[in-house]
Amino acid sequence: MTAADFQSALNPAANESAHIAHLWWIFFWVMLVIFALVAICLFIAILRNISRTSGDPQLDIIADPAQRTESRATTVVSTLVAITVLILFALLISDFFTGNAIYATPDPNALAIKITGHQWWWEVQYQDPQPSDIVTTANEIHVPVGKPVKLELQSNDVIHSFWVPNIHGKKDLVPGHPTTTWFTARRTGEFRGQCAEYCGEEHAHMRLVFVAEAPDAFSDWLNAQKKSAPEPMSDSERRGREVFLTAQCVMCHSIQGTKAHATLGPDLTHIGSRKMLGAGELPNTRGYLAGWILNASALKPGVRMPPNQLSSDDLNSLLDYLGGLK
Amino acid sequence: MNDEIRSKGIVGQPLRLPSKRRACPAEFFLRSCFPYFFVLLSLLLFSCKREQRTLVVQPPSAEEASLQQMSDLAPGPKHRQVPSVPNPDENNSWAMSEGKQLYEAYNCVGCHAHGGGGMGPALMDEKWIYGHEPQQVYATIVEGRPNGMPSFRGKIPNDQLWEIVAYVRSLSGLANQWAAGARDDHIKGPPPPNSVPEGTPHNSSEPQPK
Repeated sequence: MTAADFQSALNPAANESAHIAHLWWIFFWVMLVIFALVAICLFIAILRNISRTSGDPQLDIIADPAQRTESRATTVVSTLVAITVLILFALLISDFFTGNAIYATPDPNALAIKITGHQWWWEVQYQDPQPSDIVTTANEIHVPVGKPVKLELQSNDVIHSFWVPNIHGKKDLVPGHPTTTWFTARRTGEFRGQCAEYCGEEHAHMRLVFVAEAPDAFSDWLNAQKKSAPEPMSDSERRGREVFLTAQCVMCHSIQGTKAHATLGPDLTHIGSRKMLGAGELPNTRGYLAGWILNASALKPGVRMPPNQLSSDDLNSLLDYLGGLK
Repeated sequence: MNDEIRSKGIVGQPLRLPSKRRACPAEFFLRSCFPYFFVLLSLLLFSCKREQRTLVVQPPSAEEASLQQMSDLAPGPKHRQVPSVPNPDENNSWAMSEGKQLYEAYNCVGCHAHGGGGMGPALMDEKWIYGHEPQQVYATIVEGRPNGMPSFRGKIPNDQLWEIVAYVRSLSGLANQWAAGARDDHIKGPPPPNSVPEGTPHNSSEPQPK
């Protein structure tokens, strides 16, 4: 269990997942006890039959008249059926209360995050009444601990499913049918989310980084994300920006504060601050970013990002520029 | 025959000839239809060729089809025809639907709408200002054309260009009909107003003419 604590429903980090884990353990212990009892009864029955068998099956029938056996069997079976129904009913009730606790109406002041599923990445948008304060990022969600969060889920192409096991259960992202889910994180940590509905070749590699952090750290992060991209400092970075704006990049990506406003691919305004590349596929280092830019489909077959032809000077400048977008 | 019977030591017994019995239906089917069935199956095998999807895109090595002749008119002595470049995606339905997505994503719809035209010329009619051959459409996108069509040189990779070309040609029915996409990515609206079958107009207060 310790090996994959960052993606495990048994290691809850939110109120909702704690309820789910609690229910899971109730089911686990009840089923374990029943399984043990059945195994013991079976074992006893086998042993008893071995010790009683005289070798002649006809004698056994005489020794144990059919009438008595049948009435006893009726009593035992009906008692067991009644107990089974009672246990199932008790589990149903506990399940009902868990569902009630999870899906209580969300706090109207909850932090609203809109998540849009794409093949194969997550667009994350922090809503704000002030349009200039809306933050768009990708494949990385930061939430404050102790504050209710409401997720508005939608899809741009096919059905995806949002699943961060440590936080909550699955919720589908259906094209043309927005869905919502909500949770309250209760301890800090970094977890991994995963698309849970088959959505194409790279479904298994459609991941996201989920960071639950203290309210102060979260507001620092959000304020940093609200800013436009920092101005390039060096000549190389300035050249990198020109490369970005004149090469293929600008057809799909946007960087706030520049003329790049395309929405086909992830927003790159603060790509330097992200932990992973390509929807949780690779760590965000200069080398991986270079490989990703030159031919992403070699690292993640089927990815929508096309290969790019750049001279080595242009590529280095571009990497300087993108790396500086903290 | 006689030797065989003798060797088995059954001389004197009457020869039991196999009686002629009626074949059961399954046996009849196997005997009479099986060869045809086999031929049919082997024919079906030919339809198992799967359409290719390129998951790993090879980076382009050189730009293709950059110089295209738009008409037969040329100054000077008769020119040699520039050989036409076959579009690798013309018969690939997946590539064509990719081209359709890119057509919207790269904002071709902004000027050409969904084929009906607007600021730019319509693409779903039979009129082509700069040629309808795949390499001509390709060149139009790459080089741009006067009065508004921008050049997408260096902005769209080669394989995506060919996908867009295949889709643009399919708008006016020039692409392979069998490969054209069967479904739309968008939710369907009602049929366009004038495309419903024509009825006979009549006065609603009178009985309907037969």
